[in-house]
This record gives sequence, C-alpha cells and structure tokens, in this order.
Amino acid sequence: MLFDSKKVLPMFTVVLLLTGGMMSVAHAEDEDDEERAPAAKNVLWQTECGSCHVAFPPRLLPSGSWRAVMSGLDKHFGSDASLDPAAAKEIGAFLQKNAGSNRSSSSGKPILRITETRWFVREHDEVPDRVWKNPKVKSAANCAACHTEAESGNYGERSIRIPK
Amino acid sequence: MIRTIHVFILVFVAVAGLMSLSASAQTPNEVLAAIKNEAKISNPAFQGFSADRGANFFKQKHANELSCASCHTDNPAATGKHAKTGKIIKAMAPAANAERFTETAKVEKWFKRNCNDVLERACTPQEKGDVITYLLTVKS
Repeated sequence: MLFDSKKVLPMFTVVLLLTGGMMSVAHAEDEDDEERAPAAKNVLWQTECGSCHVAFPPRLLPSGSWRAVMSGLDKHFGSDASLDPAAAKEIGAFLQKNAGSNRSSSSGKPILRITETRWFVREHDEVPDRVWKNPKVKSAANCAACHTEAESGNYGERSIRIPK
Repeated sequence: MIRTIHVFILVFVAVAGLMSLSASAQTPNEVLAAIKNEAKISNPAFQGFSADRGANFFKQKHANELSCASCHTDNPAATGKHAKTGKIIKAMAPAANAERFTETAKVEKWFKRNCNDVLERACTPQEKGDVITYLLTVKS
C-alpha cells in the first residue's frame, strides 16, 4: 500500500545519489560560525519535516530532544505529524547523527522547542516584542519570516530581513 | 577516462530513475478510483461520490472549530497557509496545482493527519472521495 514496487527501485537510486552528494557537505560543519556553516541534509527530512514548517536543522536540539520529538509525532505540538515506520526510522537516524550537544535543560527533561534552548534565547535577545507579534511572523517557529534563506539552511546575519 | 565513464553511468542512472518516477505517478482519477473501491467494500450501499457533499465537508467546521478551509482557504484553487506555523500551502485543486492527488501514499498520509486534527477521527472513504471529487471540479 505505502510503497509501489515499481517506484521503490528508481526512488532508491535517486535518493542514494543525492545523499552521496550531500554527505560531503555534511562533514564541513564549522563550529565557530554555525549559522553560516553548510548544514547536514537529508532528502526525506527536508520534505517531511519541511512540509508544515522549515525543516529545522538537527544541530539545534540535542539527541535526547530529537528522540522525544520523534516518539510523539502523532501529537506534534497539537498536530498529527505521524510518519510511516520506514520514514520515521531514516529521519530519526539522521537527526541522531547530526544532533547538537550541551543544550539539555536544567530540569533534566529534554527540551522539545528549539525556541526554549539557551542558544535560541541568547541569539534572539535583541529582537523586540513587536517583531514577534507581527502577523507576518506569527510564530517563533516561522524562521523564514526573517531568515530569508532558512529553507536552504542559511541563517547567517546577511540574509536576515525583519518584516515591517 | 574510467572516471568519465563512471560519471556518465551515474548521470544516466539518475536520469532514468527520475524519468521512471514521473512515469509511474498516478492521475487524480486513478487515486479516486482506488478510494471508490474502498468505499464499496466498507459500505455495500455506496452510491457514488458527490462534489456538493465534498464542498460542504471542506468548508464546514468540525471538531476544534477547524475545517479543511482553515488552512486551505475557502478557495481550493488559491494558496493556503498553515493555521499554526503560517507556512504557505500550495493550492489543493488539481486545476491549480498539477501535483495534487498523484500519489496514493501521500494522499493517505495527509488524510490521516488532517482528519485526526480537524475531525479527531479518521475520514471515511466516502468523505475522502467526496472531497477529491469536489476539488476536481474547482477551476483555477
């Protein structure tokens, strides 16, 4: 039902070739300027996670957080975002492999929202309240409202445009 | 030289793979026909799909004060917007967006998720078929 056998082989070939090209990019991460560093990518992660919001870069949450997110996709911040088991397995492995570190909460429970990490709060402390309340921004999860190249993984200062 | 041949083989395999992907895509009517079979199995008194019923279902508020139109707007030929994240959602009507209803797995995935959110239950084959029948009547 989920997989048409005629489609699987060509799809596998295409995914294999695309991931091959992206793996070389994934190794080039630069710790000093992670906003501009080429981000780790995975085709399935991009399409699935990117269908309702920007596909958030895996390095923005630690592995325990991603495990918690992936185990609750049927109730994902109030929406059903469930995946078929094969897709969940591939995306889960990608998130684990590229997860960030040192961002666990003081309570010891995994942080589920990137916006609650110390890193996010620090990076955005100059953003005034009116920007967050702007209907064009609507949600702090709407990275692309200001980070014009968020879709392609570029969160660098130069691509930021605060909407009026 | 051997490398050049390798690159050619890789490119050929990739292009052939992409071509067969698009060749095996379904049409909205094929997707609808599969749902019709399900409807007949689940309801022996099944009498066909109705675009009017689909339009009502699409626009009507269900559980949680949500409707399909909450995100997809009252005009399925227009671009929608995710009610929570604000992310743009491409038009649902095949007349406005040829990608719609061309892959059964994708159609089922989204009906499962969205029916859970909007109706707090799974949709019946009748409801799914009515909605697609309606969307197929919408002009761009």
